[in-house]
Amino acid sequence: MKYQFESQRVSYPYFVAAMLLFGAQILFGLVIGAQYLWPDLLFPAIPFNIGRMIHINLLVVWLIFGFMGAAYYLLPEEVEGEIYSTKLAMVQFWLFLAGGATAIVGYLFRWHDGREFLEQPTLIKVGIVIVVLMFIFNMIMTMIKGRRRTSTSIVLLTGFLGLAVFYLFAFYKPVNMVIDKYYWWWVVHLWVEGVWELIMAAFLSFLLIKLTGVDREVAEKWLYVIVGLTFLTGVIGTGHHYYWIGTPAFWQTWGAWFSAIEVLPFVAMVAFSFKMIAKRSRQHPNRAAILWTAGAAVLSFLGAGVWGFMHTLPQVNFYTHGTQITASHGHLAFYGAYAVIVLAMASYAMPNLRKAGSAITSQKLEIFAFWTMGASMLFITLALTGAGIVQVYLQRVLGMSYMETQSFMNIFYFIRLFFGATFAIGLVVYLYDFFTGKARQAA
Amino acid sequence: MTKMSARNMFIVATLVVTVLFGYLTYLSYDAFSANAHPENITSQVAHGKEVWEKHSCINCHTLLGEGAYYAPELGNVIERRGEPFVRSVLETTAVQGWGTTRKMPQFDLSAADIDGLVEFFKWMNGIDTNNWPPNKEG
Repeated sequence: MKYQFESQRVSYPYFVAAMLLFGAQILFGLVIGAQYLWPDLLFPAIPFNIGRMIHINLLVVWLIFGFMGAAYYLLPEEVEGEIYSTKLAMVQFWLFLAGGATAIVGYLFRWHDGREFLEQPTLIKVGIVIVVLMFIFNMIMTMIKGRRRTSTSIVLLTGFLGLAVFYLFAFYKPVNMVIDKYYWWWVVHLWVEGVWELIMAAFLSFLLIKLTGVDREVAEKWLYVIVGLTFLTGVIGTGHHYYWIGTPAFWQTWGAWFSAIEVLPFVAMVAFSFKMIAKRSRQHPNRAAILWTAGAAVLSFLGAGVWGFMHTLPQVNFYTHGTQITASHGHLAFYGAYAVIVLAMASYAMPNLRKAGSAITSQKLEIFAFWTMGASMLFITLALTGAGIVQVYLQRVLGMSYMETQSFMNIFYFIRLFFGATFAIGLVVYLYDFFTGKARQAA
Repeated sequence: MTKMSARNMFIVATLVVTVLFGYLTYLSYDAFSANAHPENITSQVAHGKEVWEKHSCINCHTLLGEGAYYAPELGNVIERRGEPFVRSVLETTAVQGWGTTRKMPQFDLSAADIDGLVEFFKWMNGIDTNNWPPNKEG
């Protein structure tokens, strides 16, 4: 099947940019992972703080590129009409790329703001807001002019509106660090455990409808159940960040109860995916896309659901807060939920976007990459969990000093780096397939 | 359950938790003044926060457990190490950096920057964190 609407092709450069930035993100991940073992590596040219800043900012930028590209692909098919303005989409693409690249390169020259994940200088932040508003405008106009209104597209729009609204809290920087931290979470938590889940769930719904041929009414009912559970649990679940930062003790009760059930939307996503795939009425030729789709549900359930629950109760979090346990959860949650859903959308869209390829030929390399990257990330997470357990016991239970504990964790840092390398191999195979797929399909 | 009833439950759930979250935020403001002692935020503390951000300290250290896990917790560093030691670390950092294995880079810190950071850490140390961390090692 070729693309149905000419304007869907505007998603192509978005996917390309996302993949290139993904590659760069992993490169920096390897550098800072290696710095745990060899602290003098690239020091002081790229000290750990700058490397980490770039690692995480690249993640966020490539994911948003992926979200936008996927949305531009999805919308015409959902609303049955062309994108309102492909010209605007291209202007927005180059603006975002220029802004993102300037920020990342700027970090190397110490041009950054100082709050975790929100290091973009104010000028870049303003640029990001403009880009997102352009995107949302284009999206809304496309939906208005479209022939059909679907729940999938409405949930997707709600997700992007939330993304825009909560990013505005990045501009609020009170002098009181407690208030600063309080609202900082409104960007960070309400993005990744709130509105981004809407974006993910909308993509999941779109993919399952396309790949399994299941009835739209059924799929979109599941979609509303998933996003309902997301907000029901995730909004007050923000309280699990308010246990120890100068916020009142009542958050321990509210945060515990609500975040303990934050696993539910992910349970629903797993049930949704497997049920739809089991009941499929057609055998879609794009097997890789089905794999990525089910993979997103399963890995996000593990990373966000299980690893999140593991340390979300205050009785546990008292000991694990601010250790490698948090890092282990962060890695699998982000990869499983957001990286894999973007890769699923790319996997579904790319064969249709390539001029040559109406037929899906060999997906061996892509499927190899799926298993290699997924397994590697699972082992990275297990290694960091091991490191975290050692750290919690030595530092939080026995009262050993931070730097002393680190030497006992080296074996786990080594295992993490090893699987970081295997992840990178999977990614290289993936990128090779992504960028040469067109040529090989034509051949 | 139909799609419409699922949608309505989504809308109702969202409204209820949003209102509740807003109310809990409103209640939290009492604690912001009781737990964090905003009256002690001097211009030096404010400057210290700016220096903290200027050098992106959060991307190696944690502050009340938030940040990166590459270097020690600093929310209670005054209690753990004492003010003179913290000051000497910062003074050394301004000249040549600090540390033997994992190193803190050399940062251009003026005397006012160092005073600010020390006052900032002292203020952070006074925040009521519900008895976190479990021990002074952070």
